[in-house]
Amino acid sequence: MQVTITVNGVERTDEVQPRMLLAHYLRDVCGLTATNIGCDTTSCGACTVHLDGESVKSCTVLAAQASGSSVTTLEGLADGDTLHPVQAAFRREHGLQCGFCTPGMVMAAASLLSQNPHPDEREVREELEGNICRCTGYHNIVRAVLSAADEMSGDRVDAAVQTR
Amino acid sequence: MIPASFDYVRAGSIDEAVSLLGEHGDDAKLLAGGHSLLPMMKLRLAVPETLIDIRHLREASYIRVDGDEVAIGGLTRHRDLVTSEVLRAEAPLIGLVAGHVGDPQIRHRGTIGGSLAHADPAADLPAAVLASGATLVAQGAAGRRTIAVDDFFLGFFETALEPDEVLVEIRVLRTGPTGAHYEKFTRRANDWAIVAVATVAGRVALANMGGRPTRATATEQALAEGASIEDAAALAADGTEPVQDMHADPDYRRHLARVLTRRSLAAAAA
Repeated sequence: MQVTITVNGVERTDEVQPRMLLAHYLRDVCGLTATNIGCDTTSCGACTVHLDGESVKSCTVLAAQASGSSVTTLEGLADGDTLHPVQAAFRREHGLQCGFCTPGMVMAAASLLSQNPHPDEREVREELEGNICRCTGYHNIVRAVLSAADEMSGDRVDAAVQTR
Repeated sequence: MIPASFDYVRAGSIDEAVSLLGEHGDDAKLLAGGHSLLPMMKLRLAVPETLIDIRHLREASYIRVDGDEVAIGGLTRHRDLVTSEVLRAEAPLIGLVAGHVGDPQIRHRGTIGGSLAHADPAADLPAAVLASGATLVAQGAAGRRTIAVDDFFLGFFETALEPDEVLVEIRVLRTGPTGAHYEKFTRRANDWAIVAVATVAGRVALANMGGRPTRATATEQALAEGASIEDAAALAADGTEPVQDMHADPDYRRHLARVLTRRSLAAAAA
């Protein structure tokens, strides 16, 4: 069957099997391999992308279901050479170790901040419930999301300044 | 994991979905959010020949006050239940419980109609709707009919829906902004309830205390007769037949049902 999906701002039409998962479509058809497949059971969140602006787990969406919609992957999040504030904050706060969960974590965090621009720490932890990280213990990830929230609302103070 | 092959059809309306169901019979499955069906298809626990996609049908996605009830379209997503001001003011149990379903990504996809039609006894929304004194509206080839929620859940993954019917609307009683609570017991974030208790307006429904969501009728009756919360909650497991699985044995589930019912009733009354 034919699907027409706007991927990272560019509309494309492809021939796919109805059973093709969106995660496989993005990786194998579009060649966008930032979207990782971790558990393949809607649990780990590594495959999180935005579908019409909201986070979804692309291992549990058919490419066919996304036809007519817009998909943003991690590759489409930055504005040219300027990192998205969530990406910049993950780098600044070292919100990753091995990096496997990071694309999904960043996409989930960006979706969270678009819905709730001023989350507190508890809300960040609860809203990232669908994304599993086996390295960091989450502390720096949560700091990164809170820092991105401050950055996006213009209240960020550098950590170095804060501790002085 | 990749599901077995199937044909994909996108229905243009609920009417068309009903006629497609009639045409394909038992070989077809409705696809809404797909967050129960697609995982089952990946595991080959479900192998439909045709998927009829109805998720994009906006005609069945709404939340509005209608007389003494709030009418919720079957394709309303969990996210929309959580953020609904109408539900917060009129039937808060539904939005509260929807916030316990899975995680944000899942709540962006899953629908209330899909969750009820799937009828997992451990799921959150079936217990919430059961506690809400709801009426369900199904549309089939013969038109629409209503089903009382007490007659809807028949057993494990089994409902009163006919194979050619679509669950188009859920009508819950307007209970006012307070007095609703949900206690869900899990070992890990994002898990299914080992046991959960939904409470509103003197009704108590239990998740995962048997093959289908169950009213704690002995507790409800005791409350109606003026018993204390403690005494009424002590009856919460009466008449239930909880299963044994890797998470809990039946005795432990009965214990949880009593404790969670007490907590839920106390929180709802606070």
